Amino acid sequence: MENIIEIRGLKKHFDKLEVLNDIQFSVAPGEVICLIGASGSGKSTLLRCVNLLETPDAGEILVHGQNILQGRMDVNQYRTKVGMVFQSFNLFANMDVLKNCMVGQTHVLHRSKEEAREKALYFLQKVGMKDFLLASPAQLSGGQKQRVAIARALCMDPEVLLFDEPTSALDPEMVGGVLEVMKDLAREGLTMIVVTHEMGFAREVSTRVVFMDKGVIAEEGSPEEIFQNPQNPRTREFLSRYIQS
Amino acid sequence: MAAFVEKVLEIAQRYWPLFWAGTKVTLLISLTGTIIGLAIGLLVGSVRAVKVEPRDGLGTRVVKQLIHALTSIYIEVFRGTPMIVQSVFLYYLLKPVFNWKPTVAGIFIVSVNTGAYMAEIIRAGIQSVDQGQTEAARSIGMTPMQTMFLVVLPQAIKNSFPAIGNEFVVNIKDSSVLSAISVTDLYFQSIGVAGSIFLFTQTMTVTASIYLVLTFTTTRILGLIEKRMGRPRSSFPASQTVPGNPTF
Ligand SMILES: Nc1ncnc2c1ncn2[C@@H]1O[C@H](COP(=O)(O)OP(=O)(O)OP(=O)(O)O)[C@@H](O)[C@H]1O
Ligand SMILES: [Mg+2]
Repeated sequence: MENIIEIRGLKKHFDKLEVLNDIQFSVAPGEVICLIGASGSGKSTLLRCVNLLETPDAGEILVHGQNILQGRMDVNQYRTKVGMVFQSFNLFANMDVLKNCMVGQTHVLHRSKEEAREKALYFLQKVGMKDFLLASPAQLSGGQKQRVAIARALCMDPEVLLFDEPTSALDPEMVGGVLEVMKDLAREGLTMIVVTHEMGFAREVSTRVVFMDKGVIAEEGSPEEIFQNPQNPRTREFLSRYIQS
Repeated sequence: MAAFVEKVLEIAQRYWPLFWAGTKVTLLISLTGTIIGLAIGLLVGSVRAVKVEPRDGLGTRVVKQLIHALTSIYIEVFRGTPMIVQSVFLYYLLKPVFNWKPTVAGIFIVSVNTGAYMAEIIRAGIQSVDQGQTEAARSIGMTPMQTMFLVVLPQAIKNSFPAIGNEFVVNIKDSSVLSAISVTDLYFQSIGVAGSIFLFTQTMTVTASIYLVLTFTTTRILGLIEKRMGRPRSSFPASQTVPGNPTF
């Protein structure tokens, strides 16, 4: 099937630090890709380049074959197609749960209030947050916030949803609920790229695991290949640290 | 002592129409000046928060930097010089153009002066809103403008409400310098009364009391509004998230 996103020769540096070095990476519809790797290896930066929160220095990002780094591309329109879920939730603190899920629909996609509300209710129900419509983000637990953040992203009907360590800031007892929601989405065929340290999730849910090391993709393959039979010594070393702990 | 108090009360009673007229002018100028100043501050503060982005073309870059330089000059000049000097300077500078009454000039001067302070207050308020929300807004496709008006500014205003209210209190007191251009505010009226009866201390006791009532009441009202704004709309159990260790 045709790739949704294809990344070629992507480079990014901050000052003198080479963070991404010649990344080749593609995403086909329905894939659930887990990005793993040590801290500082460039996972977040890669994800942020995909929705242009960071501007790459070089390379191509082809979306349905069209390079979004070239010419007068409508970045805002593109971003609605690529949702993002952040480690720190980033709910809009001045809006209640329902409004968080509606504002993008009404102001960016220009949907009517009724339509936006209906969609918001549908996805809030899906993530188990329908009883909290009028709560403000400050009143929610971390796990609840993250589930609302996922609903907010889903309301935009994205083709791809990016997750940057969605459970890393959560209390251990909150992690399960959020992972459950993500598993459901994966099962329903949503295309996802997930930066995670949850190896259990990666093993169980992903269709492909990508191991990043020092700004390059050191190894990628099916979860079985990566977890049971890693080829690269760096991958082996990285994974052994997780198995010990 | 008793004689002093008696005199003060007598002055208040005898000249209250003048004190009252002055009080009205003081309130008019400080309230309008603060509101217009806030509007200026919102505009200037939010354009100053717009940063040059890597994707900006040369034209956009130049415009952004020019706006930044001009607003910096405005803020520095109006915060770095006394309002009494600004008022005399601007009143006479612009008199041939507008042929304005002192009261109108007074509102203008307080507005522009307050705007410079408000711009910095709003900018600080904008910076107090965490960057993550801006990124989240951009990630669902909001433009920088939408992000500013729908997400950042409402929170910036709320966060800086105490500082904004404080500007109003400051203006109630500091509008007294406008007597330099004959604005008939509370201080101007008081000096008139005092000069005509040669009882400065006693008259200023009345004046100070009125200012005190104004600032005290205003502070209280602002405090109440602040409390109201901070209150959550409905009651859901609050719970705190402790950044936990990732589980493997
Ligand atoms: N805006 C920035 N300015 C300067 N350096 C940055 C910036 N963002 C990231 N970096 C640096 O780039 C490197 C890669 O960062 P990145 O966040 O992509 O790593 P990561 O793989 O997501 O790590 P982690 O697992 O800790 O989240 C790090 O050394 C980081 O300090
Ligand atoms: Mg990261």
